Amino acid sequence: MSTRIVEVRAKVMRQNDLLAHALRERFEASGVSVVGLVSSPGSGKTAFLEKLLSGLARDFRVAALVGDLATENDAVRLKRATPNVRQITTGTICHLDAQMIERALQGWQLDTLDFLFIENVGNLVCPSSYDLGEEVRFVLLSATEGEDKPLKYPTIFNSSDVAIITKMDMAEPADFDVTAARRNIESVRPGMKIFEVSAKTGSGMQDVFQLLRDQLAHLRKTSLPLQIESTIVAVK
Amino acid sequence: MHELSIVLSIIDEIDDESKARGLHDVEVVHLKVGVFSGVDRNALLFAWKLACEGTLLERSRLDIETVPLVIHCAVCRQDRTPPSLYQICCPECETPSETIVTGRELEVVSLEIAA
Repeated sequence: MSTRIVEVRAKVMRQNDLLAHALRERFEASGVSVVGLVSSPGSGKTAFLEKLLSGLARDFRVAALVGDLATENDAVRLKRATPNVRQITTGTICHLDAQMIERALQGWQLDTLDFLFIENVGNLVCPSSYDLGEEVRFVLLSATEGEDKPLKYPTIFNSSDVAIITKMDMAEPADFDVTAARRNIESVRPGMKIFEVSAKTGSGMQDVFQLLRDQLAHLRKTSLPLQIESTIVAVK
Repeated sequence: MHELSIVLSIIDEIDDESKARGLHDVEVVHLKVGVFSGVDRNALLFAWKLACEGTLLERSRLDIETVPLVIHCAVCRQDRTPPSLYQICCPECETPSETIVTGRELEVVSLEIAA
């Protein structure tokens, strides 16, 4: 029996990519800066995010979506910093996709927000295939995981924009070689911005806040609302 | 493992394509998978059998072309394959590269149809 070949040339992730593209446009139009967080389970994503939310909430309007297979634990924890938190429970699915984000955002007025954080399911493999429409993706690596994680999971490190080394307060007891970790990150993603933080002591967090402020200012291409307010006060 | 989700997306894509063009009896699905796409070849093949059971694609075969990682070296002005997936630099001059030319593909290229 003979066969014929039909050209298709279709991107497998087309549906997700289209949805992610639409989300990105919505985020931009609403002026909300969206950050995705990916890492292995237990690397300190939630503790880091808790610090981000509480640190930013004084000057900015912040919100977060958190993905896990089960439980509302992370959302409960993050709500201590802001009420704008929604948990996405994926059941058995090992990653978030654009459709889950779209559904989770229903009813939220995006233009009333400055920052939206999306904490992915703890997994260094699967989330790399799914665009969520975020503006930047942070990949986290904790000092207790070992410095060669980036070499073992190059795809997720290469597809991310910023690397955050967490639990730096544990670096010494864990014999963590931060120079080697930086070199390994640079090897899989040349030119990547790297931050060293400890959510416990707060060290290094100021630099991340500054990066986010710059990112928001760039997004809006105008001065920050905070600065405008203080100028008005000064004029009075 | 997210290859089952990926396979379900592929099946959706083929369904749309088949309906749009009136295609039946797909024998082979040709797929391009980049080594840097985050998708595993063997897991895809395994998931394919599972996901196609009881569907029109039940007797189809998945053929995967693996696309190597190729970066652009700004110094050599050449496209080259880096020494490994975790050393994203030029194999000749060792300059790190931020430009990925191929390796992230995940694409249905063509279908072989019984004529």
